[in-house]
Amino acid sequence: MSDLLVNNFTIKVGNVNGTGSASANALLMKIIFRMGVPVVGKNIFPSNIQGLPTWYEIRVTEKGYRGRSGDIDLMVAMNPESYKRDLAELSPGGILLYDDTWPRPHFLTRTDITVIGVPLARMCNAAFKVARSRILMKNVAYVGAVAALLDLDLDIIHTLLREMFASKPKLIDLNLQAIALGYDYAKENFGDVSKFKVKARDLTKGKVMMDGNTTAGLGCVYGGATFGAWYPITPSTSLMDAFVKYCKQLRINPDTGKHKYCIIQAEDELAAAGMIIGAAWNGARCFTPTSGPGISLMSEFIGFAYYTEIPMVLFDIQRTGPSTGMPTRTQQCDIQLCAYASHGDTAHILLFPADPSECFDMAVNALDLAERFQTPVFVLSDIDIGMNDWMIDELSWDDNYVPDRGKILLPEDLEGMEKFHRYLDTDGDHIPYRTLPGTDPKGAYFTRGSGHNKFGGYTEDGAEYKEVVDRLVMKWASAADKLPAPVVRKAKKPTKNAIISIGSCDGAVIEARDKLGADGVYLNYMRVRGFPFSSEVEAFIAEHDQVFVIEQNRDAQLRGLLLEHTNTPREKLVPLLHYSGEPLDYKFVRGALSEALKIRKSA
Amino acid sequence: MTSFTKPLIRRRNEPTNELGLVRADYDGAMSTLCAGCGHDAVTASMARAFFELSIEPHRAVKVSGIGCSSKTTAYFLRESHGINTVHGRMPSVATGAIAANHELTYIGVSGDGDSLSIGLGQFVHAMRRNVNMLYMLENNGVYGLTKGQFSAAADMGSTAKKGAVNELPPIDPVSLALAVGATFVARAFSGDREQLVPLIKAGLKHKGFGLIDVISPCVSFNDHKGSTKSYEHTYKYYNPAVHADYVPPSKQIKAAYDAGDIMPIELHDGGQITLRKLENGYDPRDRAAAVNKLFESGQSNEIITGLLYIDEDHKDMHEMARMEDRPLNEIPYAELNPGAAKLKELQKGFR
Ligand SMILES: Cc1ncc(C[n+]2csc(CCOP(=O)(O)OP(=O)(O)O)c2C)c(N)n1
Ligand code: SF4
Ligand SMILES: [Mg+2]
Repeated sequence: MSDLLVNNFTIKVGNVNGTGSASANALLMKIIFRMGVPVVGKNIFPSNIQGLPTWYEIRVTEKGYRGRSGDIDLMVAMNPESYKRDLAELSPGGILLYDDTWPRPHFLTRTDITVIGVPLARMCNAAFKVARSRILMKNVAYVGAVAALLDLDLDIIHTLLREMFASKPKLIDLNLQAIALGYDYAKENFGDVSKFKVKARDLTKGKVMMDGNTTAGLGCVYGGATFGAWYPITPSTSLMDAFVKYCKQLRINPDTGKHKYCIIQAEDELAAAGMIIGAAWNGARCFTPTSGPGISLMSEFIGFAYYTEIPMVLFDIQRTGPSTGMPTRTQQCDIQLCAYASHGDTAHILLFPADPSECFDMAVNALDLAERFQTPVFVLSDIDIGMNDWMIDELSWDDNYVPDRGKILLPEDLEGMEKFHRYLDTDGDHIPYRTLPGTDPKGAYFTRGSGHNKFGGYTEDGAEYKEVVDRLVMKWASAADKLPAPVVRKAKKPTKNAIISIGSCDGAVIEARDKLGADGVYLNYMRVRGFPFSSEVEAFIAEHDQVFVIEQNRDAQLRGLLLEHTNTPREKLVPLLHYSGEPLDYKFVRGALSEALKIRKSA
Repeated sequence: MTSFTKPLIRRRNEPTNELGLVRADYDGAMSTLCAGCGHDAVTASMARAFFELSIEPHRAVKVSGIGCSSKTTAYFLRESHGINTVHGRMPSVATGAIAANHELTYIGVSGDGDSLSIGLGQFVHAMRRNVNMLYMLENNGVYGLTKGQFSAAADMGSTAKKGAVNELPPIDPVSLALAVGATFVARAFSGDREQLVPLIKAGLKHKGFGLIDVISPCVSFNDHKGSTKSYEHTYKYYNPAVHADYVPPSKQIKAAYDAGDIMPIELHDGGQITLRKLENGYDPRDRAAAVNKLFESGQSNEIITGLLYIDEDHKDMHEMARMEDRPLNEIPYAELNPGAAKLKELQKGFR
């Protein structure tokens, strides 16, 4: 265990799904955040509504690291079902807090930890009459107990509860009472047991705690999307929920009650895809949020949009596959699926956000890129980014932003033209002009997913067909430099070893690299943010002897794309893969890198 | 093979519509369907309906799926945007397009395979949503384009060209439409233009989802003896029960005018659909009666046609979604951008 016990440890709460634990955990995390200390929250939840084990990890990290630590220092074991596992997971020197209304002597089998029993159920049963509040308040009471152990600020707790229940004042007292139950008991009996402490700092100013689905939904509002279609699927549902919420707040005319948006819950993902294609074809900015199974269903339509050059924005909040997989566990397993979605020769634009902040920005980017390049654009988030609250810099907005609606001809543009042809590359940038239905007779054209020539006419002529698909691949390639550029972190000393990683791996990779750097092991690091890859990616690989490609899937999908789209010998790209479904932690990355470097050296 | 463009031939004294356009202005590319295919006759009727309604071609949108029938959107209204989508999925594309701009006139063209097998789900859900479009289901009982397999519309006992007998019960799009809430439900026959053209006009003017199930024989794969979707069979059992026509606002009928036989139904644009009952005691505003009538006619093998059901009062998708009158695609970004200050304010709840 680390010697630095102040503002540097991890709490894990094991609970039962459906008992109100989520709000208790959120409260606990917010208290620490409000004390000015950076936190990382990871929800590890089951695919079920009530009754299965669920965990919440709160990492307290003065240094502001963003991944998991890989250690558990304080375990709050609220679920008898998972006691055994929770006990085993605790790091040496850690504290286990449990409800000793029912004593569990077997906790004493580990001598390297401290066990604290708080009779949460007994106290709550005595204090509260209603059965449901007894269950709910038990969770609030453990927050009180933890607050006592960690020296959390009671004033902040009180303020937070008042804010949370502003609209239901009755609940304020109930919650305050529950906090006091846990707090007083723990202070009295275990006042100085814990060496883990939170000390107030000033490190969270200008920061917010948001999840990536909320920021992506907000990004769609700010980007000017007026239409969305979707079919419910974990973990993407909350993205549409956010869009709905902010549209209701911001897009309803207060005088007439009329909406400046339309959201359709489709009958399935095929229909959701068709709807956004129809809306985009007709000139509305739009998007659909989904997850892997939805992308599988949408494939035929994605190829249609690609070939007919219709803008399409898809958010894939990735979860583990194949098939239904573990629907509430995270992975980066749809990279290749999205890169080449649909039959025939297709290639798509992908964006890889690493945190909720980038989800906001990339939602706007995706809307612009889809219309600029008239093609499907995927934002590949995942459960970790989409559904966990991350501490990020407050989102900001440039009021001078103007949406890039791409190459659309208006009646006045058409006026001077002899004839309009939908798929002609008149500017030599591989992007043709489009027109919107209803605007001008001259602009009329026929959109077909069957063979068409550059004029938009039906064709079965091989040369005419090739001319169009050859332009499409050039158009796709030309997007490389228009996507968010890769982020490069150079090591303190020159090195021939490097890391390439992606998306939500970032926090763990940065931390592992810091730790290795402290041990004198240097690695340059590039995080790719878009596909097709910019030329920087190939150059970066070329500058190094070996490049570790860290990603969260079994089949090294990012590495596969890198091999396919850069000129790199296979041996040079070493896969380091994590795919258990839990968010990546730095220990895994550090371990895998050290191992790989050792093997490489001895080889 | 590339597509042919039909030559624009203009005759002297050719009748023009209110826009000064002639019927040929509503044509499209040359059809590539088999000679005698029912679908070509439907195409001609659609073009005529648009012509007679004086709809500006560029204010109309054609959507279709995949099949011989779905190809026909290329064969009329060359000055309209058209979109040939993927097999069975036209309704969703239409729904999205209409959400983006509800001011255009939308016509969907599909086949019985496209709508009743692969696309059954989307077909039904578009009706539930009362999407404001006219949906032409060109029904030949087979998959024409893939060479004659039975579709889900094939009647029990109907035989395929090579003799196989269909033993599965058919899905009747008209009964289905009545069950799931379509607000304009009609059956017609490609061979009866007199009935079909006015019906299309009424369907285009109806606000909400209109279905016309048009029996449209496939001469190559389903026009033989033993087929219940052949020209011969259809003519034999054909029963035009309700005749519908569209009357523009300027030419409203007077109340006194044959009140007993003609039933005017007021439309949102101020026009009317007039219904002429060819049979007594049938009220097309009564959904239950329509269902009964269909059932009875089915028992006697009769093919009852005409506008079988209409509900002009039901909210369409646009209204249900409470969208403002201005199309979504015309709202300027300035009105959509909540601004930097608002973003700051919103985030107070995330601290
Ligand atoms: C996903 C998919 N599956 C199969 C096909 C092949 N296919 C093309 S048209 C068609 C049937 C069309 O039947 P219908 O809608 O009745 O049209 P018709 O040709 O009879 O007018 C089929 C099965 C396809 N285009 N796409
Ligand atoms: S195969 Fe049948 S449906 Fe297709 S064009 Fe020929 S006649 Fe018409
Ligand atoms: Mg057919």
